[in-house]
Amino acid sequence: MSALMVVLGAAVGAPVRFLVDLELKRRFGEGFPWGTLAVNVVGSLALGSLLALPLSPELSALLGVGLCGALTTYSTFAYETVQLSRTGSRGRALVNVLAHLCLGVGSAWVGLTVAGALLG
Amino acid sequence: MSLSERGSLLPLVATVSAGGALGALSRHALDVLWPPAASGVSWTILAVNVTGSLLIGLLMELVVHRWPGNRLVRPFWGVGFLGGYTTFSAYATDVVTTLERGAPQVALVYLLLTLAGALTAAWAASSLAHRFLTHGGGRNP
Repeated sequence: MSALMVVLGAAVGAPVRFLVDLELKRRFGEGFPWGTLAVNVVGSLALGSLLALPLSPELSALLGVGLCGALTTYSTFAYETVQLSRTGSRGRALVNVLAHLCLGVGSAWVGLTVAGALLG
Repeated sequence: MSLSERGSLLPLVATVSAGGALGALSRHALDVLWPPAASGVSWTILAVNVTGSLLIGLLMELVVHRWPGNRLVRPFWGVGFLGGYTTFSAYATDVVTTLERGAPQVALVYLLLTLAGALTAAWAASSLAHRFLTHGGGRNP
């Protein structure tokens, strides 16, 4: 049952990531991987909030493992960082890593803390 | 976005969706086989993120040098499968919950080991694949 929930959540999360990336590339160009940063920060905020909620195992598989899991990505983050550094944009590669660590982990903390406080 | 653009996007969206579902299911299966340690961090997710980064380095070189004409390889295996297989959200929340559980050293090791492992894997796999696939050795300009 939980496997089916993971599949359903990811079937939505992965294409949302793809479309967000396309749209941000169209608006801001390809000089910096804004799309991957955006989905990773938003997905970490969402998963942090979900973890503070009393969810059933099915909902947790659907929204947490499936949706947030597939909305966010590590492989693209790693590859884009390597490519930035290869094409001579070492500064941007470093900014990408620091932004992911600060904003990504920070938003997970905000999600957990705020949702936890709201629930008392 | 115009209607015709939406029409041409639909097969790509469906391909990414199918690949993402398969990738997330693979991650979930590995996580069920090797559940998180008592410390709270999931070394399985670390392994998933590092192996996924290795595979994307290899895939991107294959897409360029072996399958340049195939338009669905990258959406299915790259954006879809490897994007859904690897995850940033579980990494970020694992770091936070491990910190809050009072194990800052474990959280820091997990944070940096995943990062260094994934970057090294993506870099090494694409460099080696590039070398083999272009026959010459060394990176072409």
